[in-house]
Amino acid sequence: MGVPTSVSSSAAPGLDLDAIRNDFPVLHQQVHGHPLVYLDNGASAQKPEAVIQMIADYYCKDHANVHRGVHTLSQRATDRYEGVRGKVRDFIHAESTNEIVYVRGTTEAINLVASSYGQAFVGPEDEVLVTEMEHHSNIVPWQLLCERTNATLKVVPFDDRGELILDRYRDILNERTRIVAITQVSNALGTINPVRDMIAMAHDAGAVVLVDGAQAVPHMSVDVTALDCDFYAFSGHKLYGPTGIGVLYGRESLLDAMPPWQGGGEMIMQVRFDGTEYNELPYKFEAGTPDIAGVVGLGAAIDYVAGLGLDLIDEHEQQLLAYATARAAEQSGMRVIGTASDKAAILSFELDGIHPHDVGTVLDHEGIAVRTGHHCAMPVMEHFGVPATVRASFGLYNTHAEIDRLFGAIDKAQELFGQ
Amino acid sequence: MSDLRELYQEVIMDHNRSPRNYGSLEDANRTAEGFNPLCGDQLQVYLYVNNDAIIEEVRFEGKGCAISTASASIMTETLRGRSAEDAERYFQAFCALATGDGETFDQNLDLGKLEVLNGVREYPARVKCATLAWHTLRAALRGDKTPVKTE
Repeated sequence: MGVPTSVSSSAAPGLDLDAIRNDFPVLHQQVHGHPLVYLDNGASAQKPEAVIQMIADYYCKDHANVHRGVHTLSQRATDRYEGVRGKVRDFIHAESTNEIVYVRGTTEAINLVASSYGQAFVGPEDEVLVTEMEHHSNIVPWQLLCERTNATLKVVPFDDRGELILDRYRDILNERTRIVAITQVSNALGTINPVRDMIAMAHDAGAVVLVDGAQAVPHMSVDVTALDCDFYAFSGHKLYGPTGIGVLYGRESLLDAMPPWQGGGEMIMQVRFDGTEYNELPYKFEAGTPDIAGVVGLGAAIDYVAGLGLDLIDEHEQQLLAYATARAAEQSGMRVIGTASDKAAILSFELDGIHPHDVGTVLDHEGIAVRTGHHCAMPVMEHFGVPATVRASFGLYNTHAEIDRLFGAIDKAQELFGQ
Repeated sequence: MSDLRELYQEVIMDHNRSPRNYGSLEDANRTAEGFNPLCGDQLQVYLYVNNDAIIEEVRFEGKGCAISTASASIMTETLRGRSAEDAERYFQAFCALATGDGETFDQNLDLGKLEVLNGVREYPARVKCATLAWHTLRAALRGDKTPVKTE
């Protein structure tokens, strides 16, 4: 273990940042001789001890295949695996565990819906609607679907602040729209979209809605029932859980009507060469041995986040965002990309005369981890006429002092490049 | 900051600020496009190669970081007037320099100003920035039609 980082005490009341930071072993190390400042949470968040230990505990005591054997370990593994399904249901306020499908991550969840629902319910002349700010994983599966079915992909634009133009959305929606796929929070801009209203508008047009919640679940309380969405996708690893596990929520009536996606064990009731009967929900969509340890770790991550309270996390992160945004406004030669009025804790920016990759290297030298590049959202980069941006994305363990470190390093980059 | 100066040497900063041989080449007879999907950078290399296989003119165009811009700029200075065969030797030597792979290093070749880019070997994520222009040049010489990708 390295040197603990001293932290600012200006946190929201109720969130004990010193204690929280002690929960994350990876934070306590030096990078290039400086205490690590991890501001790449939008790409993947770090894991608390509780998650790491839960996975070790599962492998040390209870591992076996799930839903397979009568033996004790198989039963324990199954209990842990299914127990988390109930946690996930409660976490996103779904009605039933039948609506919670384990997948590898958000990308797989979207591909599942595009393939299964899309193949069954989207045809030629139909339209699929996405927005200009989607992550590639919420664009390409729909392009593939449109290629297969001869449907048309429509794109809702955003304005120069990074807010969706809802009048255009209203215009594009029509009786041919079958699916609307929108992100709740933009990974490149931080924009929080008014998905609840957008879902109601889509339903009025007779379309179903998939919400990409990958960037939303770590930052805010999500209620799929209140949103009234048809599908909701998120990943464990951005929620302080393991990589390789994610969740697809689907309205039960829709999941029932959809054909299976992948075939194999687990997803069947009876297999005969003259016809196979599929398993009930949610197992119909869980072919093969799942990532049981990932699910167990996801459960621990949900417990951890829920234990701290998403309202407090949101409040803390909003303070960080407000502070970083104010400092950015004072920094000469710095342009923030994504200035929506409602934002999650993501600060995308560029510096005059310095390519984002060079900024990333200088920041890394100061021990600061940020994402540089197109953030898998190349249409967003094109909109702003930049090849890439630097993105600082904050998490529940970040501090005001770390934002000071970020801006100190930005000063150094500007000094080095003579800007 | 001191070891950052090893990467961002003054020659690199200079070529980044004022890239040499920048812009398209109207009578180019060999061109290729290079693309770094990791960062979204793109560049074009334009060549005029005469009947004796000598690179009479070489230019580049595109957007990139300081490392990729400086590398492309120094490459054009190095290769103008050299044969296509020489260009291949420089390509091999430069890749060896950038990756720190001493085994394939051609000791007889004077890399000259290209040496300033040897700092990238300490930055694995940045090696591709330095080699993109060279891979693109090679594609142009070989007449490859598909854009070069670093990933």
